[in-house]
Amino acid sequence: MSDFITSIKENNSIVIIETNGYLNNVGGEAVSAVVYEKMAQGQTKFLINMAGTKIVNSIGVSILIEIIEKLQEVNGKIGYYNLAPIVAKTFNIMGLTKYSTVHETEEAAVNEL
Amino acid sequence: MKKPSVELRLPILPNMELIATQTAEVISRHMNLTEDQGAEISMALIEACINAFEHSKAENNVFINFLIEDDSLVIKVIDQGIGFDKTKVEIPKIENKIGKDERKRGWGLQLIQELMDSVEFESNDEGTTVTMKKNIKH
Repeated sequence: MSDFITSIKENNSIVIIETNGYLNNVGGEAVSAVVYEKMAQGQTKFLINMAGTKIVNSIGVSILIEIIEKLQEVNGKIGYYNLAPIVAKTFNIMGLTKYSTVHETEEAAVNEL
Repeated sequence: MKKPSVELRLPILPNMELIATQTAEVISRHMNLTEDQGAEISMALIEACINAFEHSKAENNVFINFLIEDDSLVIKVIDQGIGFDKTKVEIPKIENKIGKDERKRGWGLQLIQELMDSVEFESNDEGTTVTMKKNIKH
C-alpha cells in the first residue's frame, strides 16, 4: 500500500479508502490503483475518507475524474467525506460534485451512497 | 516606506510547489488572513507553480514574489519558459471530459481565477508572469 493510502476497509459492500497527505499525481494514482483492483473483483461503490488530505492539486483531482468515468461504465458510484473546505471548494469548481457525492461523515456517506 | 516582500527561487523538481505554499501560509498568518483565504491562496499558488513547472518547458528555476500590501497580498509566479496564448486556453467543463476522449487535466487557470480576487497574465516567448491578488477581508 502506498504512503498516501492509510487504510482500506469495507462497510455495507462499500470500499472505504482512507488517505493521508497531498493528493497529487502520485496520490491520485495510488487511489485509482486500489479502485481498479477492487472493480476487477466486482466492487462498484467507493468512498474516500479525506480527513488526512488537506491539500490537493488539479492533477490528482483529474485522476478522480478518470475514476468516475470508469465507474460510470459499471453503474458504480464514488463519494468522499471529511473534506477540508478548500478541497470541497476545489471539487465544486472542477465539477466533481455533479458526478459524485460529498458527505459529512462515514455514517452519512454509507447511508447516502 | 518600502512594502515588505518575500522572494523564492524554486528548482523544477517534484512537489517544490509545497515550499511556496508553506511560505504563503506564514505570510497569510502574518497578515491575519482567514484560514479559508490562506487555503485559497495556497491552492492557487500550487496551480500556478504546476503550470510553470509543466507547461512552460522552462529549464531553469521558477521565481515567486510575495508582495505584502496594506489591503492585499500580491503574488507573482515567473517562469522563463516558452509562454502561452491565454486566448487559446479553453474554459474546462467536466461535462466535456467525462465519457469522452478529452484529457481530464487542464484546470489550473480556471482554479486560479476562481480562488483569487484578480489574476493577470503576461506571456511571450521568453516567459510568463502570473500576477495573482487576494484582497484582505477581515
